[in-house]
Amino acid sequence: MSSTDVQVTQEVKQPRVAVSLIDWLRRNLFSNWLNSIITLLLLWVIVSALVRLFDWALTEATWTPVVKNLRLFMVGRYPGEAIWRVQVALALVLALFGISGGIWGGITRKVTSGLVAATILLAILPLSMGTRLYFVGMAVLMALGFIAGLRFPRLLRWPAIALWIISPIVIVILIGGISGLLPSVDTSLWGGLMLTLMLAVVGIVASFPIGVLLALGRRSKLPVVKGFCVAYIETIRGVPLVTVLFMASIMLPLFLPAQIRIADVVRAMVALTLFSAAYLAENVRGGLQAVPNGQIEAARSLGLNVFQTTTLILLPQALRMVIPAIVGQFISLFKDTSLAVVVGLTELLGIAEVVIRQPDWLTVPGGVQREVLLFVALIYWVFSFSMARVSYQIERRLGVGTR
Amino acid sequence: MRFKQAPVLVGMLVLALLLAACGGASPAAPTESPGQNTPQAQTGATQAPVAATGNTLQVVRDRGQLICGVNNQLPGFGSVDAQGNFNGFDIDFCKAIAAAVFGDATKVQYRPLSAQERFPAVQTREVDVLIRNTTWTVSRDTTVGLDFAPTTFYDGQGMMVRKADNISSLEDMDGASVCVQSGTTTELNLADSFRSRNLQLNAVVFETHDAAVAAYDEGRCDGFTTDKSGLVSTLVKLRNPADHVILDVTMSKEPLGPAVLQGDTQWKDIVTWVVFGLFNAEELGVTQANVESMLNSDDPNIRRLLGVEGELGQGLGLDNDFMVDVIKAVGNYGEIYDRNLGPNTPFNLPRGINAQWTDGGLIYGPPFR
Repeated sequence: MSSTDVQVTQEVKQPRVAVSLIDWLRRNLFSNWLNSIITLLLLWVIVSALVRLFDWALTEATWTPVVKNLRLFMVGRYPGEAIWRVQVALALVLALFGISGGIWGGITRKVTSGLVAATILLAILPLSMGTRLYFVGMAVLMALGFIAGLRFPRLLRWPAIALWIISPIVIVILIGGISGLLPSVDTSLWGGLMLTLMLAVVGIVASFPIGVLLALGRRSKLPVVKGFCVAYIETIRGVPLVTVLFMASIMLPLFLPAQIRIADVVRAMVALTLFSAAYLAENVRGGLQAVPNGQIEAARSLGLNVFQTTTLILLPQALRMVIPAIVGQFISLFKDTSLAVVVGLTELLGIAEVVIRQPDWLTVPGGVQREVLLFVALIYWVFSFSMARVSYQIERRLGVGTR
Repeated sequence: MRFKQAPVLVGMLVLALLLAACGGASPAAPTESPGQNTPQAQTGATQAPVAATGNTLQVVRDRGQLICGVNNQLPGFGSVDAQGNFNGFDIDFCKAIAAAVFGDATKVQYRPLSAQERFPAVQTREVDVLIRNTTWTVSRDTTVGLDFAPTTFYDGQGMMVRKADNISSLEDMDGASVCVQSGTTTELNLADSFRSRNLQLNAVVFETHDAAVAAYDEGRCDGFTTDKSGLVSTLVKLRNPADHVILDVTMSKEPLGPAVLQGDTQWKDIVTWVVFGLFNAEELGVTQANVESMLNSDDPNIRRLLGVEGELGQGLGLDNDFMVDVIKAVGNYGEIYDRNLGPNTPFNLPRGINAQWTDGGLIYGPPFR
């Protein structure tokens, strides 16, 4: 906790009693003979299941499909000779994280150290030498950025913010190409984890402002604005995401002239954004309703205008209260990107299905879907869990639930 | 609470504009587009789709790429390797059409389609041609609004049994138990086949294909049924493939082939004659390896096929020697078959009725004349 935080001492502190492990076990797991039997029984079930799982994973499972198709899992059908562009884009983001961690400290610093740990872990894994060197380089890059940010926080603050803002454009140009400088790589070749992250990040970043505006609009006194927002939110919330994706993928071309083709990826991004915004709006509305009227009246009597009241008084308090709900929405959006597989996008889950059905594994008895799906599930879990941890840190820092 | 939200109103207007610009998922009214070659394919339940008036060939040429709707999850027909390349029997026909149009088989954009998505994707011109193990049926040819090119693979439902059971035909299977996936036409065809032969059927139904295979492998059933091409890839997965045999019986007709949107006869002709050209090339012995030397052949049939004589390609809107590019890219029909399904693949699928008509099969290319 940094010194800027307002610490409110709790009036009654729970007495903390040091308990030894044995005491804790006796009290919680072996308090009487029945509990002891249940504990032992469950322990046996868990241990035998884990032993069986590890036994399977280490002896029976065929991990070659995962190892051989790592590139497919990471970037999909992105051409091999252009992979460096993805690597540069990733380096750019990681360097920005490093610098930001140095400048702002706090949660950004924790995120940066987590990313450094992740790159070092990836460098230890038995990947190809080039890949491992790349991850070592990334760790060094982040460390350098961190030191730079720590040393010259004033100097680097505004350049860092500017870089964050233009980074999406830079990344899209890097990965998609630009006429004259970089040969273009069609969006139909984007895939794997790269596409999953792109869909999720675009969905999260774009749906947030739209969601906040929709929430404010829903509380508006102007009937047209309010009507539009209510209709939009309730329409989108009334249909499943698959439907929205199908609409964007299949119905949209009906309404457009044949010459105009919007890339599938962009359509999926728009669909995910619009879908997520409706849910986000309801989360934010909950926060807005929880802000007492007195706050607004006080702001008005201080002479703040409507815009100032909304941005300085209403939204900060409202958003702070709904951080857990918003992050929950973002995590589910991240996982929802897997539905893009039904509209022919080969994001992470799409790639998994492709790999499972490669002819190379036809002779493997029982197929390879267990191994491949387990691997993909692990990737989803790592990202979702990281997001949940970051959310927890933000909550703690803002004191949600304690004040 | 007097709380005028003027800035919010502005924000909402921006949002509304944004939504309109994105043309997002909100159901917009179908507007009549100004372009002269823009089809309004209507997919009403009662109304057959209006013919596409557009010149698909021109659209494809202007785009510089053929968009081919494919399957990326069917080993042998359409799959993706570790380097991200599409491979398979259906994929080779995409390459062949691209070679015919552009002289370059790499100018294809593969659009993976799910089974539900494939027909709307053709109707809305998301894809120029659908080559995704699609069975040619009357309803798909009419109400769904597709036009089918010649069948490239005659599939059909087959039956796999254990060698030890001494079963040689369906008639030997009275009262036998058969593992089958539920909710498929396969299940219905199985019942039909047994009933028409007055045989007692004991169908053991499973939710998924894999579960049905596993049950058969464990001896739960006497037989296992699915499409013949699927049976072969299933066979190699069993614990002792040598103990099993696929019966020489076909319980249903599944003619698989390329399909295009109904109404653009020129485009349909191109797809049709690329396929027929590949049939003819095999019949005439023109292969990927010898196509260059075949240009000097004296056989008038070969000379016309390769465009040395006549103006046949121009009639399709292509170069006269379009089949030379096609054969250079993918070989003839037999080579495509062998490369993807033949003896050197895990499938080792016999040609069967997919042999040339001269060998007693159904592959018959009308003359290039």
